[in-house]
Amino acid sequence: MNTTEPFARMHNETTAWPLIFGAWLVASISTLGALFFGEVMQLPPCVLCWYQRICMFPLVLILPVGLFPLDRKIVRYALPLAAIGWLFAVFHLLLIAGVIPENIKPCTQGVPCSEKVIEWFGFVTIPLLSVVAFSTIIALLILAHLRSPK
Amino acid sequence: MKQKTLFIVAAIVLLLVFLVGTLAYKSEKTEQSAQQADAYGTVLVRMHSPTLGNADAPVVIVEFLDPACETCRVFYPLVKQMMAANPDRIRLVVRYAPFHNGSDKVVAVLEAARKQGKFWPALEAVLAAQADWAPNHTSQVALVWKHLDGLGLNLEQMRADMNAPEIANVIAQDLADARTLNVTKTPEFFVNRIPLPSFGYEQLKKLVDNALNAAQRR
Repeated sequence: MNTTEPFARMHNETTAWPLIFGAWLVASISTLGALFFGEVMQLPPCVLCWYQRICMFPLVLILPVGLFPLDRKIVRYALPLAAIGWLFAVFHLLLIAGVIPENIKPCTQGVPCSEKVIEWFGFVTIPLLSVVAFSTIIALLILAHLRSPK
Repeated sequence: MKQKTLFIVAAIVLLLVFLVGTLAYKSEKTEQSAQQADAYGTVLVRMHSPTLGNADAPVVIVEFLDPACETCRVFYPLVKQMMAANPDRIRLVVRYAPFHNGSDKVVAVLEAARKQGKFWPALEAVLAAQADWAPNHTSQVALVWKHLDGLGLNLEQMRADMNAPEIANVIAQDLADARTLNVTKTPEFFVNRIPLPSFGYEQLKKLVDNALNAAQRR
């Protein structure tokens, strides 16, 4: 036991660390991207965007806490944020796609959430980027969790 | 140790990309607004807009204004000071951007006062009493009237005039032009067709001073 444990710990470190680090990278890119849209391009964020930001921004700060030193429990702390953010992002995407009808959309004042502010290549919208980012983060965190010992 | 280095390098790279992107975007924007300044000429000043000051003044300040906007109230005397400090050299053009709820009605009152040749005193009275008739950022036109007493206005005539279709057209046109010019906040200033690079009194002062200096050299 005493001889295998250090090996096992090293093994876990080499596999879980890059996954959590990858999740942090995605969260950081998303956060800076959201700040770029909001603060530099001065696009006012709609209500749904704010809820997604609330879930995305803390990941940038909380994930590194689990990286130094590696603490795989960080997955447990980060996943709820990522999951709730993912739900908001999917809702937002469906709203933009018109799957969810206007009358149940929660934005009544300010910037309408159904408005497409950005459309790259004809299909890339901010909510789509958000769904992709949250999905990637969730996948990486779950993978990191599976790599950890039971 | 290697992981820490990787993390720090990644963080620095991300921040650098953000900063470079910001600078690139800002410089492109400035270039664009300079190019658009000429194209915007016709949209920026309409025949119907109220103007103050010398018609041949070398410096024209176009202000998009909402009578219910607190910052507009604060900036109005500052602009007047600049005009007083440079007599006959600055002209002010007011465009309406009634973004607050109910503000369009107050603009209609101002336009009705304009028909009686009392636009500027009415605007000043309305701005001075703003806190009273625009509680919680909602304009209540019914509360405006009493602040117009003493200006020698025929209020009965104004109540009839303010519903005139041409006044509604002026407001609709100004709002459409504000959209074209990307005016989303009030007050927004254009000095000789150049928009404020960023909002603030210092920025406005600098833009006006530059325009005044450029006019002097000519």
